[in-house]
Amino acid sequence: MSVTLRYFAWVRERIGKTEEVVELPAGLRTVGDLVAWLAGRGEEYAHAFENPKVVRAAIDRTHVRPDAAIGQAREIAFFPPMTGG
Amino acid sequence: MATIRLQREDFDAAAEAAKLTRGRSDIGAVVTFAGVCRDHEAGHGVAALTLEHYPGMAEEEIARHVAEAEKRWPLLGVTVIHRYGRMVPGDNIVLVVTCSAHRAAAFAAAEFLMDYLKTRAPFWKQEERAGATAWVDPKDTDDAAAERWEQTGRRDAAE
Repeated sequence: MSVTLRYFAWVRERIGKTEEVVELPAGLRTVGDLVAWLAGRGEEYAHAFENPKVVRAAIDRTHVRPDAAIGQAREIAFFPPMTGG
Repeated sequence: MATIRLQREDFDAAAEAAKLTRGRSDIGAVVTFAGVCRDHEAGHGVAALTLEHYPGMAEEEIARHVAEAEKRWPLLGVTVIHRYGRMVPGDNIVLVVTCSAHRAAAFAAAEFLMDYLKTRAPFWKQEERAGATAWVDPKDTDDAAAERWEQTGRRDAAE
């Protein structure tokens, strides 16, 4: 299954991409599984996810926790805690 | 009913409030809150702020919280405008206007919306200070302000 990954703020800067389409390996069930897999893809990903508890995620534009199932997600975003307003 | 806009351009708070009340006689309270870029933060100077956002999700997340505010309080009009891009001290960043028959609902809804915008809407501030840039860290006080509302209402999504 392929999914679009989007990155924002310092997650985007560390990875060096705003978005990418990736083919998910079989066996990834949750957002936490995806983070662990991404962190092993290279130094830039390891840096972005060095403290996975800090990085927030959204599936198809809705906030989710790390234990959320990826399911049939089309777009998964990773970003730091929000500082709007 | 609600107006939600994300834009690079500035806004006119008075004009936006006037749009909500024009031609109506049932509104007794209009609360207008504007967040403005300031020149200092925690003891250091701030030369500018750049606001990054998640297009699509930002509008949807604000709309979810406006809908929640409309469920909690008898509102007669809501406008939320959040700017993105680069802002210098003195520039407007965000506008919340809430209208109701009485002030308590308008004040509470405006505060609720601002507390959620700070912690749940996908925006990130980057500061320019003395030639360097730094992403702004979230504040515990903002998280605490947003959590106050959880005690009086249901939680609709995971953190």
